[in-house]
Amino acid sequence: MDLELTPQHASFRAEVRELAQGVVQPLAAEVDREHRFPDEAVSAAAAEGLMGVLIPREYGGAGLDALAFAICIEELAQACAATAVIVDVHTSVGTEPILLFGDGDQKRSWLPRLASGELLGAFALTEPSSGSDAAALKMTARRNGGGYVLNGTKVFITNIGRAGLYVVFARSGPDERAAGVTAFLVPAGADGVRVGQVFDKMGLNGSPTGELVLEDVFVPEANRLGREGQGFTVAMRALDSGRIGISGQALGIAQAAVDEARELMREHGHDQGDDFAIADMATRVESARLLAYRAAWLCAQGRPFTREASMSKLHCTDTAMQVALDALQIAGEEGAVKGSPFERHVRDAKALQIYEGSNQVQRVVIARELLKR
Amino acid sequence: MDFEFTPEQVAIRDTIRELVQDRVAPRAAEIDQSGEYPKDIEKLFADNGLLGIPFPEEYGGISGSSVTICMGIEEIAKACASSSLILAVQALGSYPILVAGSEEQKKRLCPPLASGEKVAAYALSEPGSGSDAAAMKTTAKKYGDEYVLNGTKQFITHGSIAGTLVVFAQTEPDGSKGISAFVLERETSPWTVAKVEHKLGIRGSPTAQVVLEDVKVPAANRLGVEGAGFKLALAVLDRSRPGIGAQALGIAEGAFDYALKYVKERQQFGQPIATFQGIQFMLADIATQIEAARHLVFRAATKVDTKAPDLTKVAAMAKLFASDMAMRVTTDCVQLLGGYGYITDYPVERMMRDAKITQIYEGTNQIQRVVIARALLR
Repeated sequence: MDLELTPQHASFRAEVRELAQGVVQPLAAEVDREHRFPDEAVSAAAAEGLMGVLIPREYGGAGLDALAFAICIEELAQACAATAVIVDVHTSVGTEPILLFGDGDQKRSWLPRLASGELLGAFALTEPSSGSDAAALKMTARRNGGGYVLNGTKVFITNIGRAGLYVVFARSGPDERAAGVTAFLVPAGADGVRVGQVFDKMGLNGSPTGELVLEDVFVPEANRLGREGQGFTVAMRALDSGRIGISGQALGIAQAAVDEARELMREHGHDQGDDFAIADMATRVESARLLAYRAAWLCAQGRPFTREASMSKLHCTDTAMQVALDALQIAGEEGAVKGSPFERHVRDAKALQIYEGSNQVQRVVIARELLKR
Repeated sequence: MDFEFTPEQVAIRDTIRELVQDRVAPRAAEIDQSGEYPKDIEKLFADNGLLGIPFPEEYGGISGSSVTICMGIEEIAKACASSSLILAVQALGSYPILVAGSEEQKKRLCPPLASGEKVAAYALSEPGSGSDAAAMKTTAKKYGDEYVLNGTKQFITHGSIAGTLVVFAQTEPDGSKGISAFVLERETSPWTVAKVEHKLGIRGSPTAQVVLEDVKVPAANRLGVEGAGFKLALAVLDRSRPGIGAQALGIAEGAFDYALKYVKERQQFGQPIATFQGIQFMLADIATQIEAARHLVFRAATKVDTKAPDLTKVAAMAKLFASDMAMRVTTDCVQLLGGYGYITDYPVERMMRDAKITQIYEGTNQIQRVVIARALLR
């Protein structure tokens, strides 16, 4: 048993931290205030190779494992949660389905451009009437000549308008539930693809979220990902990995909140009430980090990790929310002023309990796994 | 990173699991109800080499690794928290010798503990000095090549049955800097047991008030130099706290294993109660909290083994989180069993009572928070 990072993972963390603290963090308050995409941060991350962390070297990526991915997102989120989710969604649910289910041609045509950051990835599963119940999605994929014609609307799509490639899930068969779902690669520039409403959110303001509308979009057979009817499996496997990324994002927010509260306490003095709060916060973050790293470690070893990823997502994001609130409480009124990092962490953290499977869905997944035994 | 036990550890764990299942689990309720120390379990552990786990081979043991100790405590505590203290306190009482003892002392004092011939205990607390350990009043005065000890030690786990008792006492009336540590062997330095406490939980583990009246201890049994005792006491607690975390973890797992089986079988409204989402969410939260605690405990244990510089903080975090978790989880498990959870025919109420002490001993959880905050704000 060795629960410390290897020297390779530790030095990778140091590299990401340098970029995150040097380039990403100074933009965090501004992208939140201006609701603008952190172009400089994402370009810098791309230049550093962070858009291809999980992509093998033969396709231009860094060829690192799930643990490195978790560390990467954690460090970015400690600097700016919005930048972190942009990179996270791109890397996990936006790219990994191609890595795991793509054929040789698909990998060769898309992965190098995703790895370099030339293309930003995105994942389009949720619809207005199918959130937690993803298998109820309604978007249609009708066979037509050498491909499919897609129609429907996706909602709450991270990286909307910025993504060059969307992994889209649509109903290709008569099956009403999961068995009728197929995954497709839809370039943003395809005819009939348009961005609908872009939402104004409570937090993560630097990361665009909105509707993706597909009107008679022709998708060639070559862009079908996996087999017909395999789409739900693709989505669920992608979300397992995605949960590791979201765990990393939660850890970053939580650690930032702890560190900032700790700095305030050092500067302004502290009494036992605050001491006890910071002790509980730091302890909880440590426990969450180990859960996340364990899920990532299992994933990297090619072992089952569905239950662990859900536990990690649940505990890390609940921890981020609680710790962000506690840090704000320690900071007091100063922390509640708009533009303070404390109030930003609270607004950012909330999304994490909801997206990539609400924490209620995580509990359903965990309970199902427990009751299987 | 590697989250797995070594093959040797797995082999030890499997041995313990089997012993616990066959011999300890069937006795657990009786041990609790009678409140008697299970001498038979002590013998079972000794005969099977388990009490050698805290010691390296050169001192008659089989491991000396904190990870292995924690693994053992966890396995036993799943069935019987009282019995898990037989291993946990053997480790606690031996750490002072292993950490501060000379080679001669380790060679002389450890083998009878490793074989289980003798039980070890650790005497730090006093009636007037609990969390404020440096305020102790027990004195040790030197006469020639021996010390004479006087004072009262409070809440000493296994103080009544131990053959070897590590005692902290003031050699100089100088607060924490005047404290020294001594190894008392019962045959040559007999102490008096004034009282064995009646407790809420861990009722099969005797907790004694120990009185020292002109107890003579050879100077050769002083651990380290005079005045080094307080630092040693804290260093020992850094090493033993992951073990309390492991005990809490085991108690929680024992309760959860039972409750999980129960909710699958218990029928209400024409279906197993496990089919209700309200129950499922409790199960998911419990399992997640247990997993989170597990990694903190074993991370702290690896830090004991590697002598990591941040051990104090991490050990306190493991003890704090795991014991608070165990209290919540066992309370929830009683809830999952409803009225049956509250009666002594079922094990979960015992586990809930046993969990409470893990928030209190080896430094209350309030002290853990003080320790953690101090490390964070340094």
